[in-house]
Amino acid sequence: MTATTPSTPAVPAGSRTMTGTTTRATTRKPVRLRSRAPHSVARPRRSVLMTVLTGIVLLYALVPLFWLVVNASKTQSSLFSSFGLWFSGDFALFDNIARTLTYDGGIFGRWFANTLLYVVLGAGGATFLAVLGGYALAKFDFPGKRGVFATVIGAVAVPGTALAVPTFLMFSQMGLTNTPWAVIIPSLISPFGLYLMWVFAAESIPTELLEAARVDGSSEGRTFFQVSLPLLAPGIVTVLLFTMVATWNNYFLPLIMLKDPDWYPLTLGLNAWNAQAATAGGEAIFDLVITGSLLTILPLVAAFLLLQRYWQSGLAAGSVKE
Amino acid sequence: MSIRTTRALRAVAATGVVALALAACSSGGGNDSGADAGSADDVAAALEEGGSLTVWAWEPTLEQVVTDFEAEYPNVDVELVNAGTGNDQYTALQNAIAAGKGVPDVAQVEYYALPQFALSEALADLSSLGADQLDGTFTPGPWNAVQQGEGIFGLPMDSGPMALFYNEELFTQHGVEVPTTWDGFVEAARALHAADPSVYITNDTGDAGFTTSLIWQAGGQPFQVDGTDVTIDLADEGSTQFAETWQTLIDEDLLAPVSSWSDEWYQGLGNGTIATLAIGAWMPANLESGVPDGAGKWRVAPLPQWEEGASASSENGGSALSVTAASSQQALAYGFLEYANAGDGVQARVDGGAFPATTAELESDEFQGYESEYFGGQKINEVLAQSASDVVEGWSYLPFQVYANSIFNDTVGQAYVSGTTLTDGLKAWQDASVKYGTEQGFTVNE
Repeated sequence: MTATTPSTPAVPAGSRTMTGTTTRATTRKPVRLRSRAPHSVARPRRSVLMTVLTGIVLLYALVPLFWLVVNASKTQSSLFSSFGLWFSGDFALFDNIARTLTYDGGIFGRWFANTLLYVVLGAGGATFLAVLGGYALAKFDFPGKRGVFATVIGAVAVPGTALAVPTFLMFSQMGLTNTPWAVIIPSLISPFGLYLMWVFAAESIPTELLEAARVDGSSEGRTFFQVSLPLLAPGIVTVLLFTMVATWNNYFLPLIMLKDPDWYPLTLGLNAWNAQAATAGGEAIFDLVITGSLLTILPLVAAFLLLQRYWQSGLAAGSVKE
Repeated sequence: MSIRTTRALRAVAATGVVALALAACSSGGGNDSGADAGSADDVAAALEEGGSLTVWAWEPTLEQVVTDFEAEYPNVDVELVNAGTGNDQYTALQNAIAAGKGVPDVAQVEYYALPQFALSEALADLSSLGADQLDGTFTPGPWNAVQQGEGIFGLPMDSGPMALFYNEELFTQHGVEVPTTWDGFVEAARALHAADPSVYITNDTGDAGFTTSLIWQAGGQPFQVDGTDVTIDLADEGSTQFAETWQTLIDEDLLAPVSSWSDEWYQGLGNGTIATLAIGAWMPANLESGVPDGAGKWRVAPLPQWEEGASASSENGGSALSVTAASSQQALAYGFLEYANAGDGVQARVDGGAFPATTAELESDEFQGYESEYFGGQKINEVLAQSASDVVEGWSYLPFQVYANSIFNDTVGQAYVSGTTLTDGLKAWQDASVKYGTEQGFTVNE
């Protein structure tokens, strides 16, 4: 069926979906331009150019990961003396992992636990607040709603880095610096997450449904938890992934706020290890930095693999008009 | 670190300095840092009475010193915090000082950064606590570096008299003489690179510390400071001499385009593509841990000279421990400084591989007679200690050197990557530094 490749998509752009599993939901007649054979989602059009481009992007994304795995398996001396993209010398991965976990009194484990704490409280809290706020903004009317909208949109544009130093000065007055709260509290604010939940809630929860629930005598709280929350699940997962990655990778805020290595997240800790190589008298431990980096990304990889199903359907939601 | 974070850090460092200068202005007359510091007797009493001290330092050998110190003075509890290395720590320190909270009692400060902190009254004057009795304890370079005007704002911890570390195997293999002058250095660079195009005499992508050290050795005095009167002349004789010689190396592509301290750098030092390093005397410990493949191949020679037969040297790196002005227990803090940098702590640090700043340790037979296995049994400390006593006098850093160094790559560094010459780069560095200094309220002459 690929005899003539049409230069324009045969189906209206609005009805294309990102996943291969969803079928076309349009009832409108497909607009035919020069094609006799419309390409459904189930039978996507093949393009050599797109395949090559996707391949390059894939390679670009995977090569650093591959490099990380390969080099985490090397000893420090073969790290420097061998080709970077292939295994060489003794396979030292397990030895490296053991040394990473025990170096300097096992502080890596502590950093790992700190990062988990920041992610659970910071990203979890940010998602919770974004869901509550987004839902309220989408489904309730109150004075000043437009003002809130403008503030949120404005806040999306301000990078967190720009706020770090003023936040530091403020937290310092409050005696919060050098405590975990200094990292967790700013992480609770996610303007982009709020915006995303707002849009998502507006699209995915029919107002009629809420009205029906109210008519049936359900309280607002019960309506939220039992009716709305399940509908919001894909959006929640999306926001959770975004805030989780952001908190997991957060570097600048903890750098400004924390001085005590016992409270460092992994990002700062690994950087401190890396800096050792650039210190007079410091021990160069590139092998441990690399192995530590590998261990650091594993939970994120796991989270993506586990949540991507929800995430995909989350991204696709709203693209189909029902 | 990515370029973006470095930029961000720089921006913050710059803001920090401004905030610091403002803080210094506002606290003007009142609370004078040295006035309530106490006396030497107070130090003994404070050590006896005890308390807890927070120390911000990244020097690895301090861990042992803290353990020993706590054993000696059981009432004192020292919390050693690695708040970052170099610039990271200064940013943190400046932020803490600006915020007025969370300032440590003791901080590690490199010599180039010390004037900046001392002048903005962030550090306590240690003279009355007993530092004025320590004349002659330290080698002249570091001792000169911790003094600003009438005050003593830290005790030297380590020093970095320069020497030429070289891969002897490489020189023998290609039949090239180890250079004793900088002209000879250029010759050797050509010879090595011609013999094997993958070999470079050294790496340099523009490093403020290295450049200033070589200008220092050449007798240049580009930065002169008298209180808040600053003179910057990066076109003086010493600077010009450096620029001309180094321009040749850049023009002929004889420098490895590798940044110091990167993994590529360690790789190059190990695999014989970087043949020499003109660097501070603290380098042996880093070579041993970072370049295990180089064991037995490396040697140390005196720094090449600008004039045949001379014996001039300069300092590269090195740091002091200082007591902060905001510390509420300056006497106790000074007690720790004295233990770590002038007392029993020195030996513990030398044993850990640090290069001391104290004359007694430098001149001791044990230190000088040490035969380094890594350096093929060479008595490297003889060369390094000699360099410490050959340091050219009269050098000073800018009272805003941390900022100046942070813009080095945007100015002088251009000579390494574009058609700009080093002379133009130094001029640009001077202009930008003059502008900044004037904005900060200094009287800057060119």
